[in-house]
Amino acid sequence: MQYSDKVMDHFMNPRNVGEIEDASASGTVGNAKCGDIMKVDLKIEDNVIVDAKFKTFGCGSAIATSSMATEMIIGKTVEEALSITNKAVAEALDGLPPIKMHCSLLAEQAVKAAIKEYYEKTGRLNDENKALFDMLEEDPH
Amino acid sequence: MSDKKRVYLDYAATTPVRSEVLEVMLDIYNNNFGNPSSFYQEGQKAAKIIDQSRETVAGCIGARPNEVYFTSCGTESDNWAIKGAAIAQAQKGKHIITSSIEHHAVIHPCEALARQGYEITWLDVDQYGLVDPDDVRKAIRPDTILVSIMMANNEIGTVQPIAEIGKICRENKVLFHTDAVQAAGALKIDVKELNIDLLSLSGHKIYAPKGVGALYVRGGVKIANLLDGGAQERTKRGGTENVAGIAAFAKAFELAVSEIDDNARRLSSMRDRLIGQVMAEIPHARLNGHKTSRLPNNVNISFEFIEGESILLMLDLLGYSCSSGSACTSGSLDPSHVLLAIGLPHEIAHGSLRVTFGKDSQEEDVDRLTADLKNIVQRLRDMSPLYSDFLKAQKQA
Repeated sequence: MQYSDKVMDHFMNPRNVGEIEDASASGTVGNAKCGDIMKVDLKIEDNVIVDAKFKTFGCGSAIATSSMATEMIIGKTVEEALSITNKAVAEALDGLPPIKMHCSLLAEQAVKAAIKEYYEKTGRLNDENKALFDMLEEDPH
Repeated sequence: MSDKKRVYLDYAATTPVRSEVLEVMLDIYNNNFGNPSSFYQEGQKAAKIIDQSRETVAGCIGARPNEVYFTSCGTESDNWAIKGAAIAQAQKGKHIITSSIEHHAVIHPCEALARQGYEITWLDVDQYGLVDPDDVRKAIRPDTILVSIMMANNEIGTVQPIAEIGKICRENKVLFHTDAVQAAGALKIDVKELNIDLLSLSGHKIYAPKGVGALYVRGGVKIANLLDGGAQERTKRGGTENVAGIAAFAKAFELAVSEIDDNARRLSSMRDRLIGQVMAEIPHARLNGHKTSRLPNNVNISFEFIEGESILLMLDLLGYSCSSGSACTSGSLDPSHVLLAIGLPHEIAHGSLRVTFGKDSQEEDVDRLTADLKNIVQRLRDMSPLYSDFLKAQKQA
């Protein structure tokens, strides 16, 4: 498998591995049957993601995209984080092999699932913003 | 990545060409370029090399030289045996028996035949990957024309009860094919004793180059051609012979057979050492395949809570070349069909690692590998949500 240096860096030295004890929200996507599961914990203060941690069961690109996605959302507002696409994560890693693009989709889904939970908890999920989470229904595989 | 000393531990995938074999090839390339079908001396010299190689290969499996046909690879041999036997016997019946853990070179030809109206019975295996000969007996019907069961599995190393299956097939007058690509050079093969009608071989698994294989076809057994063409291989397999490759294959096979006992001792000692160390030092690991009915060089272990490609990547960075049955390394979304067939749940099949030893493997590689694996598995588990869930559940209980 040909991975970029950036993917290998994030795989070997993943950023933000772990769990947040008092997380504002978390999202878990994927399933063990398909060989990848991502769990993302978010700490949100004043609508800003002040911390993000992940745990991932999966291949090298699943771990690298989890690491990159958490890096990209820390310091962003919830709305900014929602606009980060899987493509942006893959590009930030200098690309992924075509067969691995679904891993980046999983990372986007994990972040969105966590934010959806945050919206639900804070009573902000409504008919207007609901569509932002439609992609959670997609099968990344 | 390149400054680390490489430790190649994937001999079941392919082997390097050994020097004695390369010498044979170079001599032919340098001094014997003739086409074996040509009338003049260069051609006749090349033809003689092929005759001698055929005798050598036949000697390695207890066959007669005219029962050995050279091919381009193991996959061609499997395709030829299965499709050739199916076409030649279509009048008798269209039922084929095989197992669920065969190599794709057997599975896919059988599936191709199924699309053409043949009926395939896929025998289950037990948790160790063994085919029950009694299941073969029970599956045979009046219209059964072929049984194809591999001699040893390429992923988990399980060695099948070939003698018993061969006997059952012969008693029932059903042709018996075995894919011996992984077994050749590791196990003693006598096609007469084992009642084998068709047997596939490949060069690059036994220190010969890629691009050469052979099919044994027992005298009197009729199979249809796969490659129609010139009169090569007694009109059964057209195509100008890969003279140097064939000679190399014969040389490599002869050497492998002469070293079978020594290698079995040396490799199985490394195999058992690695299995023993890993099972003792890494929790939540499971040996895949049979403990004793196993190729001497094969180790296949699943590590719970983690995924195989991640293990391979980390091992690669440390200098080791191994393989895995995870979906991410197979190019498909499902993990290895073999691991699923022995009853592993998907998530555990995804976390498998195959290590296969060979001629340059050393005992000290084993100790170093165990130590490195221990670290890698722990690192990946520390990142895995499945592992933290497991720890939490354990705490609560």
